[in-house]
Amino acid sequence: MLAYIIRRILATVPVMAVVAVFVFALLHLSPGDPAAIIAGDTATPADIARIHQALGLDRPLYVQFASWVWQLLHGDLGISIFTNLPVTELIAQRLGPTVALTISTLVVSVSAAVPLGVLAAWKAGSWIDRAVMVFSVLGFSVPVFVLAYVLIYLFAVRADWLPVQGFAGLDRGLGPFLAHLVMPTLALAMVYTALIARMTRASMLDVLAQDYIRTAQAKGLANRQVLLGHALKNAAVPIATVIGIGVALLISGVVVTETVFAIPGLGRLTVDAILRRDYPIIQGIILIFSAAYVLINLLVDLSYTLLDPRIRY
Amino acid sequence: MSITPAAIAVAARPARRGAVWRHLRRHPTIVIGGVLLGLMALAAVFAPYLGTVDPQALSPIQRLRWPSAQHWFGTDMLGRDIYSRTIYGARVSLTVGLSVALSTTGLGLAIGLVTGFSRWADALLMRVMDGLMSIPAVLIAIALMALTRASLGNVILAITIAEVPRVSRLVRGVVLALRELPFVEAAVASGTRADRILWRHILPNTLPPLLVQATYTAASAMIIEAILSFLGAGTPPNIPSWGNIMAEGRSLFQVAYYIVLFPGAFLSATVLAINLLGDGLRDALDPRLARRM
Repeated sequence: MLAYIIRRILATVPVMAVVAVFVFALLHLSPGDPAAIIAGDTATPADIARIHQALGLDRPLYVQFASWVWQLLHGDLGISIFTNLPVTELIAQRLGPTVALTISTLVVSVSAAVPLGVLAAWKAGSWIDRAVMVFSVLGFSVPVFVLAYVLIYLFAVRADWLPVQGFAGLDRGLGPFLAHLVMPTLALAMVYTALIARMTRASMLDVLAQDYIRTAQAKGLANRQVLLGHALKNAAVPIATVIGIGVALLISGVVVTETVFAIPGLGRLTVDAILRRDYPIIQGIILIFSAAYVLINLLVDLSYTLLDPRIRY
Repeated sequence: MSITPAAIAVAARPARRGAVWRHLRRHPTIVIGGVLLGLMALAAVFAPYLGTVDPQALSPIQRLRWPSAQHWFGTDMLGRDIYSRTIYGARVSLTVGLSVALSTTGLGLAIGLVTGFSRWADALLMRVMDGLMSIPAVLIAIALMALTRASLGNVILAITIAEVPRVSRLVRGVVLALRELPFVEAAVASGTRADRILWRHILPNTLPPLLVQATYTAASAMIIEAILSFLGAGTPPNIPSWGNIMAEGRSLFQVAYYIVLFPGAFLSATVLAINLLGDGLRDALDPRLARRM
């Protein structure tokens, strides 16, 4: 077991290495002088030279890569071109709202999707099942920002129940914090919920067709016990997997959601960095988000042994 | 979702013509999706003849007009006709969807076949794909767009790079599963050359799942294009795309929500059509998955 955990953790090293090489190579494989592109159309040669210096582009490529990795391993993501502040500091400032939004979406999605999927599989072919499937197709089709605007129109413009945009930290009290979080969470949760509900239903349908389910029903167990105790337990591994993989959707969605709702998080930082072509920030954010994704999927992998004691490594 | 040999064996069985019609009757989604997508494609092709005006024509006197008989979808803050812009925007979305679907299918097929048959290429390329897959697709596209000049070609290229790993993984999975099947074993045993096995036995069987994947990739590419344009890192602003129109309507949403509404509705409807088509194709080509999903 311990050997497995160590092996699994070591397996994330090449993945993160590829991410790091990709992020580094992006800047150097792009056509033209990256400094000129970052500086924009109105740049003077002095501006370009300054960016050259700031990014260390005047040194040989392998030296640049080695020093970049060395800094990375020391938790240094470089200096923002536009603000001249360390990227780690900028990211740390913006982490709170993004983490709050992501966690609330995760909680809402999982606690809505799993019961919906279980119900749809149990009542397969019924109107509940159809409704869940229609919801999941719609969830995949309506992009997060379209849904966000529908919600803003309904609950903020027409009804004036919720704030149109912005974010309130917990320090301003639980009420404002939650009020600002409701619409972004709902918008972001739609596609994630659709994904998990679909997989829960599929996985449950497979398990419900097994002999031991018939046995459990035949010996007179309550439906609740069969569904949750026998079926869901055995269907859990694919559901956990899709929750982990879906985090990629969640991260993509966060960037858009924060833009629509003007939430000062990492997504907003990304968009500002794109508009200013502040490349060190974009690099840092991709590394952070990818590391989070890899870490979450590592935890999901390790959870298999808890979810299903038959899995031994 | 895993691909088992049994699923492929079922998918590979040719369907009879009568069975196709019966299937379409029982699964109307494929027809609904196809018709909706067909209409959208017609609108894109015949955009100049559908009562549109020049989508870039400015008309400062007629700024921010609500939808009316003259401007069906209203006008934006520069007085441009949103109906015309939305219809022309279909061209961008469909071009991006189709181009990315074709290029990822070609590239994914090549990478998947090579990795399915060569051990060292598999070890190397799949590590690279694993790494790329751990970067959310929108972020890869954003990073690539931030470094290149905005153009439709670059948008397509950026989304293709972001989507290729998933397709090549799919092809690799199918190839690995196929290699274990008796008919491939028989071909090997009877001395068939490797390239012939690849072309005659493996390749045709990867096509059904690839076709299904291509529809989902097209839907995903259209959403990513809209997101990139909406964030200001996509299609250049001088080309009307649904994401661009929505980006321009963003700050005016509370006074003129119709600017965001129409392109948003068209985008959702098109993606829905492609998803319905993809679900229908999957049901038709892979009955085992159809029962599950």
